[in-house]
Formats: sequence, structure tokens, C-alpha cells
Amino acid sequence: MSEAAVSPVPMPAKRRGAQLVMLAIAVAIVMGAYANVGLAMTGSVPAGMLTYGLGLGGLVLAAYLVLAKFAPWADPLILPLVTLVNGLGLVMIYRLEAAKMPGASATNQIIMTGIGVVLFSVTLLVLRDHRALQRLTYTAGLVGVVLLISPLTPGLGKEINGARIWIGFGSASIQPAEFAKIALVIFFAGYLVAKRDVLALAGRRLLFIDLPRARDLGPVIITWAVAIGVLVLQKDLGSSLLLFGAFVVMLYVATQRTSWVLIGILLFVGGAFLAGQLFSHVGDRFDVWLDPGSDEYYSREFGGSYQIMQGLFGLGAGGILGTGLGQGHPELIPLAFSDFIFSATGEELGLTGLMALLMIYALIVQRGLRTSLAARDPYSKLLAGGLSFILAWQVFIIVGGVTNLIPLTGLVTPFMSQGGSALLANWILIALLVRMSDTARRPPPQAIQNEGLTQVFQR
Amino acid sequence: MNGTLKRVAVACLAMFALLMINVNFLQAVRAEELRSDARNTRNYYERYAIERGRITAGGKVLAESVETKDPRFKFVRKYPEGKLYAHVTGFFSPESESAIERSENQLLNGSSADLLLRRSIDLFTGEPTKGANVDLTINPKAQKAAYDALRGSGKRGALVALDPKTGGILAMVSLPTYDPAELSGTDKGDVFTRYDELAEEKGQPLLNRTIEQTYPPGSTFKVVTAAAFLEDDSSRGPQTTVDAPQRLPLPNTNISLPNYGGAACGSGQVTLVYALERSCNTPFAKIGMELGYDALKEQTEKFGMGLPIAVPMSVANSDFGDEEDKAALAMASIGQRSNRMTPLQMAMIAAGIANDGKVMKPYLVNKITDAKGDTVDEAEHDELTEAVSSETAAKLREMMVSVVQNGTANLAQVPGVQVAGKTGTAETTDGQPPHAWFISFAPADDPKVALAVIVESGAANVGAEATGGHTAAPIAKAVLEAVLNK
Repeated sequence: MSEAAVSPVPMPAKRRGAQLVMLAIAVAIVMGAYANVGLAMTGSVPAGMLTYGLGLGGLVLAAYLVLAKFAPWADPLILPLVTLVNGLGLVMIYRLEAAKMPGASATNQIIMTGIGVVLFSVTLLVLRDHRALQRLTYTAGLVGVVLLISPLTPGLGKEINGARIWIGFGSASIQPAEFAKIALVIFFAGYLVAKRDVLALAGRRLLFIDLPRARDLGPVIITWAVAIGVLVLQKDLGSSLLLFGAFVVMLYVATQRTSWVLIGILLFVGGAFLAGQLFSHVGDRFDVWLDPGSDEYYSREFGGSYQIMQGLFGLGAGGILGTGLGQGHPELIPLAFSDFIFSATGEELGLTGLMALLMIYALIVQRGLRTSLAARDPYSKLLAGGLSFILAWQVFIIVGGVTNLIPLTGLVTPFMSQGGSALLANWILIALLVRMSDTARRPPPQAIQNEGLTQVFQR
Repeated sequence: MNGTLKRVAVACLAMFALLMINVNFLQAVRAEELRSDARNTRNYYERYAIERGRITAGGKVLAESVETKDPRFKFVRKYPEGKLYAHVTGFFSPESESAIERSENQLLNGSSADLLLRRSIDLFTGEPTKGANVDLTINPKAQKAAYDALRGSGKRGALVALDPKTGGILAMVSLPTYDPAELSGTDKGDVFTRYDELAEEKGQPLLNRTIEQTYPPGSTFKVVTAAAFLEDDSSRGPQTTVDAPQRLPLPNTNISLPNYGGAACGSGQVTLVYALERSCNTPFAKIGMELGYDALKEQTEKFGMGLPIAVPMSVANSDFGDEEDKAALAMASIGQRSNRMTPLQMAMIAAGIANDGKVMKPYLVNKITDAKGDTVDEAEHDELTEAVSSETAAKLREMMVSVVQNGTANLAQVPGVQVAGKTGTAETTDGQPPHAWFISFAPADDPKVALAVIVESGAANVGAEATGGHTAAPIAKAVLEAVLNK
């Protein structure tokens, strides 16, 4: 990391105008999709379209103004892309609610989107320099772990659909793991930046790999134990895989040691294999993954392939061009508004729509990684890299799961699935990325020329 | 750190690439397989998503799709005529369909290649695709008359009437029957339970007896034997004298064949027309033995037996039976052996004689029109076979008129119309009363309708009268009157 290398590069433009146009396009696409759903299902443009559209438009406009004022150098693409995915998720949930699917509530989701955008703005306002987070490394770690294990607290935790990942206050319930995700990435970044030199020390050499020293294995083992704990006690395969994966990748980025990746994979595969042998809910997922179409798994009441097959049937029904919004039957897919929203979207928007959607996700991740590369200090690099990777990793786990590329583990599709916790957490995550991109793209203080003998050296 | 970050970026790229490849695989390569999976209930909703075409006949709507408020079942199938046309229209159940609903499914649901032009126009004008309408050849008056008359008998049975000149089916009734509405609901559980109940029923209400069931033809088959006899030598005619012993000893057996009820047939030497009028067994059994197996079988085939026929529902194969000994041939000649005929086949025999010896291909679909009323397809009148020469047909016609005027079928007489016919009484093996048959056509000089009717176990032993005529002929009469507006 040579900070000096940045200065000769022509500085990026702010491109705020372009961002505003792209935001308008994103909102227009979402409103068009709303109208499409209404026209297909009832023959008329939905009455709430204007309210929803203007609401969403107003919200993102406010977010844009905050961003333009407080993070003027921020990446122009991230906000419009996230707005588009969030909006499409809203349309799908609205469409499922219109099909009278129990549990789907567009109103809830738009309120949560509103709060999410507000949190995005607040984060940008409050957090003027993300490096302040480095001072909160261990606090973040503690908060993360507490949040992660909070559903296990008797009386507070709730078990829904077989996974104990909710905590409830009266009728409201939140999924603390979604917030823990961010807290833990902040912790990992701070911790690894501090310790990376030690962790990178080579121990024994086995074949062509430099193994780390045994005493440095501690943090890896602890994270692994927490991940396996989540897997076993909360039956939450998704979060377990998500956190451990993110940790291993950040460890790799920080230490530049491939051996950590191999150790991490070995540990996780070993742990998951053992869990599969010991706990039926893990083993079932593997069986189903290998042969989802078999009648035996399909008709099994618990842990069968009914859900995933319904999702695949939806994708098949969609084909290349999709049935069109409001014209398919995504309400037949269980959990179409949450875990399986990707399948539901695939049915109505087809392969074309899904490719576009995956491309949007890929672009968001790419902008995040670009921020990471452009960042000028190791902490920012690691934090931006970690947050971007965890987003990509989450999309991979859930989308790969519902399309049977990998065994299905329950996770929300970022910004699309119904559920407040995930939406709020992801908007905060995006705010952090935007903040970091602002710092990364901001021109360094200019050298003051022609001022006598005074020379300001660029740091 | 940038080096490892770039590698992470490549890993992210790989993950998205994998997801994209997988989605392509699912939605492009495996889409058809997933779409058509039997467990994919979308196909079920799909059935109700488009406005299926109507089935009509003679200006009456037999089946139509009615729009509902339920977004899952946008159009449901209604059968305004209830049970009356059940075996013609068939039903439209959540997973299958039958009869015309099945045979013409692709036209009715609009997916047929014949409707490509219409669909393309709809695509541009933005109109929802509608199925084509199917108009049938059924004459509603004849259908109603047949249904009522057959029901009046209180027995199981079937009637099929044809236009002898075109082959168009004018009436097709099979009893007992069912209400297609019961099998065309959207609730799978209800429909399947009801279907299973109907399938279990002893009377087999789901069976279309006119084309799916074969029966021994009984004495109606004597017409075929007579046809073969006349064709064998053109000098023969209704007045040709034939042997008519009271009992005919059957070769290589110690039994002899009596006439019906053991009665004598004239003086033992009678004219052919007299033998047919009285439906004597012995002369026809003797004729059959003299003509031989091949000649009789060939004559039956000339009337269309054994040809694959679809009206468009496929018709069960009628069969003359395998070659056995002379005694068996004698029995077959009077329709009491291994020969088994569908009612439609018997109607075709009557129609062939009516139409100067030419059997027309039977059909139900008169015309297909698209949703805008433009004709997509119209029935053609195809000759199926030439059964007998027109001279033979004229001789047979004369004899069959005589059967109605002077013989066993006097109950089929229609005032002011020359009706031709032949009764039959088919013995059944299971101890039940015999089946009553009647085949007929009218008017004899310019036939407008030919039909066959069977009443299962309908020939109660009512004295010496040849009893096919007693129960079946009045039913035929009702239909003849309906078609001829008498």
C-alpha cells in the first residue's frame, strides 16, 4: 500500500448529476413495475402506485441530498443500484400480497425501507469518518457476539420455522444476526489490522504452504466455535456460513496467507460434516441438495425438498422471458416473499430479469471492492473489502441455495426479502460503504504552490 | 493488501458467474422439464387462465368458459345442458379432459398451430388469446329425443344417429351418464372423489357405449349376411327363395339351431325378404355357412369394421371374430357368436345401405371458428368404404322397409315416412335378459338419418314377438321423428 501512488492519478469526478438521473431511472423502473403488476392482476394501475412511487422517490431524494452534502465524493452508483433492488423487492412483495399470500405485507416493507433509508442518512450524518469505528473494535466484537447469541436467551428468543434466530419484544421481533453481521465485520477489520503482522508470521512449512504458528490459531478457532455454535444451537446454517466465510476471507486479505483459507475451509467442512452426521436438520439439507427431485424428499413433511422444488418449478415456468409481473403464480412457492423471493422474481421476470438482478448485485459488490482498492489505509481496505464480500457471499449463499447450486440454508436476499432487520442492517452496511467511498475518492489535500519557501509535503 | 483484495474480487466474480450459469441452466435448459413436472401445480392454474372456446351444436351452447372473480381460476367451464351431452362434450377436470374437450383440446385452449395467425394478431393488438369454438354436427332435437326415449326405457343403453350422406353424427347418447359439471370443478379433491365414485359405479356412467363398448349384434347382423348373399350373385333379390327349416342341424355337433322361440319360418321355403321380416334364424345361418367365413368377414369389413375410426374420439374396434368351425360360422351369421360391434358400427351399416352402399366417415366436428368467428377448419365429407353396390343397397333397402311395414319392427313406423329397419335380440351369456337392438334409416327413398340403438338387457321375454323391436324400435322412432320434424 503506497499512499503516494494516489496523487498523480486524475481524481474522479463527483458525478452527482449522473447519480440523480440514475436514481430517477431506478424509481421510474420500480413505478413501472408497480403499474405492470396492477394492470396484469386487476386491469388497472394500482391506486397506491403514486403514493408508493412518490414515497420511495422522496425518500431516496432525501438520502441523495444528505449524501451530496455530507459525502460529496461518494461512489455515484451504489445508491441507485440499491434503490432499484430494494424497489423491485417491494414490487414482488406487493405482487405476492395482491395474490393473497399469507405473510406478505408490502406496507410493512415500505415502512421498513423508509426507516432503512433514514438510517442510511443518519449513518452518513453521524459517522463523518469511518476510522472512528477502529476505536470501537472490541466494543463491536462484544456487541456482535451478544447480538448473535441473544436469541438463545430464554424468554427473549423466539423460534420461527425451526430456526432460533429471532428475539421478540411483544409482537415485534428482530433478527439480531443481521446487525451482528456488521458489528462482527467491524470487529474483524479492527482486530485483523492490529494483529495481521503476527498472524502473517510463518510457522512450519508443509508441502508448498506456509502454515501459521499454532499459537496464532486462537482467533480462528474461537470464530469457528461461534459459527458452529450458531449452526447447532440456533439451527441457522446460513448465518454460520456467512460469518465464518467472511472471517476467513478477511483473514486472508489481511495476512495474505493462503494457508488461512485452507485451514478455514477444512475447519468448516469438517464441522459441517460432523454436524450433518449428528443433527438431522443439517444432514437433510445435504440429501435434498443431491437429489431434490426425488419423490421421497419431495413428500417429506420436514426437511424435504418441497420448498426448493416449488422454487425451481417457478423458475422453470418463468423460462427465458418470464411470465410477466402479475401473470405467474409465485404465490405457490413457500416463503416467496422472504427466502425464495429470488425464485418468485425468476418466475415473473424470467432468466432475463434474474441476469439483470444478479448483475446489479455484482455491480454493487464491484463498487464496494473498488472502494476497498482505492482506500488509502489498511483498516479502510479491510472494512470495505469485508463488507463488500459479505454482501456477495450472502447473495451467493441464498441465491445458490434456492437454485440448488449449493445446499439450501436460510438467509435473506439482501434488500429484496421481506423483513425489517435485514433491510435496516443492509442499509447501514451500504451507508458505511458510501462513507468509505467518499473518503477514498476525495482528493488528498492539495499541495500549496508558490508560497515562498514553505513546502507542504504530501503525506 | 491490494493483491489479495483483487483475488477476493475474482472470487466474487466467480461466485456471480456460477450463479448466472446455474440460473441459465435452470431457466433455459431445464425449463421445459421443470415446467411440465407433474408436481408443478402451475399447469393446473394455467388450465383456468385462458378463455377456452365454446362447444356448440345446432345453435345450442353445450360447453363454455365463464369468467369468475377468483384470480386463481379466471375462467371455469360450464355445461348449460347438463347430462344431456356428457358423452359428447366430455368434461374438463383439473388434470385431464375427455371426449371433445380432449380431442379438440389444442383448438379449444388456443394452443393449436392452426391458430398461429390468430395468436400473432392478438399479440400485436394486445388482446388476450382465446380458444377456438367447436361446432358439432349434433342435432339438438334428435339428441334430446334420443336421451328422453332411452331414459324412458329405464335401462342402460346407447343410441347413435348419423346423417348417411355426410357421416355427421346427429345424436350420441349413452346411458347411464353423468353430469360433466361435477367433474369440471376446480377443487381437485371434490372432482377426483366424484370421478372415483362414478368409475366404481356398476352402470359405468363414464363409458360412452356408442363408441367404447362392443356388443354381440344379434339379428341386426342378418342385414350383413343378406348383403353378402346378394353381393355374391347379382341375380339374387328379395324374392329369392331360401331354405328355412324349423331347426337347422349344426355340422359336427349334436345340437340344432331353432328360430326365435322355436317358431316355424313359413313353410320351410321362404323368400329372402320374408326371412328378414320374420328374422328367421335358420335361413341366414344356412346362407352364412354356404358363403363361408371369408365372404362374411369381408362384407363386414366393407361396412367399415376394423378400420381405425376417430370421430374425433377414437372408436373401439368392432370384430367379426376368429375363424372357427361351420357351426360357429352359422351362429356368427345371425350375430350370436364371436362377432362384436359398437353401436356406431351398426349405425354405419344402416347408413351405408341408406347411402347407396357407400359408408361415409363418421364425424362429430362440423366447424372450428376462432374467437373472432373466422372459420379455421370445416368438416369434409369423406367416403370411408363402398360396402355394397347400389343395386344391392336398393334390394336391402326394400327388404328393410318391409321389415318395418310388415315385420318385427312395426313399432318404428312413422306416419307418412318410409322407414327401413332391422331388429335384433342379442343373447348374453351371463343369464341376463338379452339386449334389444334396432338399426334403422329414413326416409327410405331419400335418407336423412340412419341410427343404431341398443337397450341393454332390454329384450324382456314378451311372448313370441321378436323383442328387439318391442323396446328399441320406439326409441328409434322418436329420434327419426325428431330429425324429420314429424
